Amino acid sequence: MVPLSWYIFLSAALFSIGLYGVLARKNAIAILLGVELMLNAANINLVSFWRYGNNALMGGQVFAIIVFAVAAAEVAVGLALILSIYRSRNTIVADELDLMKW
Amino acid sequence: MSVNFLAILPEALMLLLGILILILDPLWKDEKRRLNLGWLTAGGLAAILVASILIGRPGAQSVLAWGGMVRFDMLAYAFKLFFIFAAAITALFMMDVDGISRRAESYVLLLAATIGMSLMASASDLVMLYLAIETTSIPLYVLAGFLLDDKKSTEAGFKYLLFGAMTSAILLYGLSLVYGFGGMTGFDDLAKQFASATPFSMGVLVLLIVGLGFKLSLAPFHFWAPDTYEGAPTPVAGFLSTASKAAGFAVLARLFITTFGSSAEQWQMILAILAVVTMTLGNLVALAQKNIKRLLAYSSISHAGYALMGVIAASTLGITSSVFYMLAYILTNLAAFGIIVAVGKTLGSDDIRAYDGLSRRSPYLALAMLIAFLSLSGMPPFGGFVAKFLVFFAAIQAGWTWLVVVGIINSIIGVYYYLTVMKYVYLYRTEGEDEAAHPILTTRPYLIAISVLTIGVVLVGTFFAPWFGLSTDAAASLFAGLMPK
Repeated sequence: MVPLSWYIFLSAALFSIGLYGVLARKNAIAILLGVELMLNAANINLVSFWRYGNNALMGGQVFAIIVFAVAAAEVAVGLALILSIYRSRNTIVADELDLMKW
Repeated sequence: MSVNFLAILPEALMLLLGILILILDPLWKDEKRRLNLGWLTAGGLAAILVASILIGRPGAQSVLAWGGMVRFDMLAYAFKLFFIFAAAITALFMMDVDGISRRAESYVLLLAATIGMSLMASASDLVMLYLAIETTSIPLYVLAGFLLDDKKSTEAGFKYLLFGAMTSAILLYGLSLVYGFGGMTGFDDLAKQFASATPFSMGVLVLLIVGLGFKLSLAPFHFWAPDTYEGAPTPVAGFLSTASKAAGFAVLARLFITTFGSSAEQWQMILAILAVVTMTLGNLVALAQKNIKRLLAYSSISHAGYALMGVIAASTLGITSSVFYMLAYILTNLAAFGIIVAVGKTLGSDDIRAYDGLSRRSPYLALAMLIAFLSLSGMPPFGGFVAKFLVFFAAIQAGWTWLVVVGIINSIIGVYYYLTVMKYVYLYRTEGEDEAAHPILTTRPYLIAISVLTIGVVLVGTFFAPWFGLSTDAAASLFAGLMPK
């Protein structure tokens, strides 16, 4: 069996890539994609900890399923907001949305 | 661990109220909608508040309910009352804002966010905690960006969403590591696993503090706050800066005191540094603000720093003072944002100079503003003074004297910019205009809300025994549930 640490490293790498994407990308959609990677990294953690831990308690599985649902809701709201921004401003580049500063 | 309907009474009633609003909304004609929706929401929330006070009070023993998902204790009870009150007042203010006042969705989203906050205050399981935080955040993203025709509002919602989504993902990663280490999801079970401070617990704490720091708008996770407050509809900004922040404090207190009680020294130090940065940055940047909503945004950032001192003290008195601080702060800041709603609507500007001669336009409104701002700056006999005094006292008692010194210096900076605004209100005049002939227009729901808040600010500052008692019970219930070391 693959040791647990492999999964943890995978999820840490995924999380870091996602975080980098959120911080470095300018396009709003790409930022949301980065957030999705971070959420999925947490999901990998949850499911692998559950599998290698006490299987009788379903906490990890339930947690992961709830994260799916929440992530879907968050993306739905995010895309709706991005659409409304695009309609009024014709851009979704985060740097150009600077009506308010300081 | 049983079915306990009292534990989720406010949430269940709010859900019913939301469904009722959605059912009734299509039946009303458009011109009646504004009044009906607003009164129904505010009245319903007031009824829920009364019902919770009359029958929803938990006993002295704190109990776990619903399979360990929520804890039914005084801490959750006190915060739930605050949230329901803040939501009722916000509903009254929302009736004065075009674009959200006629839409049933805005009131239902407000209720959904309040349900989420109530669950945040009582959550005692990682799964429930995450779900509650998202139930709070997602409706608030929509509310902040609700005015589709207003470029600033959509931008506010967008920035709030991006920051919120990122920090909640970081929080979730932290929670997943907590779960992995502890193998369980209940706060109390986890407390046994985190019985000693390790480098690992330090790392997890940093992730959790990033996630919660966003909710509390602690520096350096505060960047969303000024932009979102400026762009969002003003009542929503008021709700964000008060109830949403208080919910974050409820989670911080419960999670860190129960689960991470043993590694207190680690998080106390991190939070103390964040509190110093938050207070100082909030107050210094507020000095330079020309827009009243941004000024209040930075002021609310600095207030998060003061209130954090109570949690850092990590004693019964410390948590008491934080709960009390949140109560006083909710009353005061809602009043301040409420005044901006009316002035912004009549004068069409949120610039500080738009407040020139407000005392001549509407003397009573100016008086309410004076009370709110003096309370924010921590002057007796208003609520803000007692709250600040308690927080500083608790921190000194716990040995954080240097933190209190920084806090007091910051309070003095705060007095300067609060009083600068009052200078425009009372001493300046609008050139060549008869201000008395142009009063600020107010409506009845607005007057009720402002009167309740102003009386509340004075009451909390003078007859503080009942509020202090409530806060003490809340703090005591948190510590009573702890494992004996």
